Amino acid sequence: MELTISVIVGFMILGAIYAIHARDILSAVIAGGIVGYSLVICFLLIKAPDLAIVQIVVETITLIIMIAVVLDSSRTEAYGRFDGQAYATAGAALVILLILFWLFRHASASLDHFGEGTLRMSDAYINGAVEKTGSVNLVTGVIFDFRGYDTLGEATVLVTAVLGVLTILRIRGRK
Amino acid sequence: MIVYWLCFILFLTGLYGVITRRNLIKIAISLSIMEFSCFLFLALLGYTKGGEAPIVDPADPVRTYVDPLPQAMVLTAIVIGLATTAMLMAVIIRIYRKYGTFDIREIKNLRG
Repeated sequence: MELTISVIVGFMILGAIYAIHARDILSAVIAGGIVGYSLVICFLLIKAPDLAIVQIVVETITLIIMIAVVLDSSRTEAYGRFDGQAYATAGAALVILLILFWLFRHASASLDHFGEGTLRMSDAYINGAVEKTGSVNLVTGVIFDFRGYDTLGEATVLVTAVLGVLTILRIRGRK
Repeated sequence: MIVYWLCFILFLTGLYGVITRRNLIKIAISLSIMEFSCFLFLALLGYTKGGEAPIVDPADPVRTYVDPLPQAMVLTAIVIGLATTAMLMAVIIRIYRKYGTFDIREIKNLRG
């Protein structure tokens, strides 16, 4: 199980690296789609069907939005010469990445091994949730019952985002 | 354990893209890659060996389930990620219409 997921995450890393370095923006967007759809397979493998359904819908919508934006504008990556500033940025990025890697190496010591985590918080959600919420799907029970206000806030965020997109796309900019 | 490491490497790949790329769309793609790695990491933390999907069968209620709490959190985060991405792409297309480029070096007059 862990090996299968590792192989898929490896493919995701390859797709991410290609998406970052592709010359054509449209291929970069589609390579980003590799990452999103591989995530769906991972969710299915770790027994999270609700996440897989939501992720496949969200990824499709994201891909459609991104491709619409790319087709409406320019497809070519503006690669200038690889000047000193680019080297400085890449060097700074590598230093930051190394520091974060070192921090994660220390933090990972306190992680449980894969698949051996204990259900610390969720015992209350699992035992007796069916009687309390009336939903056989525990994820639905958590989202809509135990954490209903959280979902209300999420809906608020969605409405705000839709209003923001409409406002941004409709206003007339200064010439 | 190695799958956590690969998740983190995926996160670092996205971070590298955010820092070094100069094209706004690539920065948006890198941001969503970072998001995806976080979702996968959180969902992996809730996995239990031999666990089943957290849907209770009333006929056979005593079974091992994977942790439903991280899944509910990630479900919220995925939808909010879509909202932020849509907002980001709207801003990007506005910037393109005003400046005619995605290159952040040429977008100088962002203030005002």
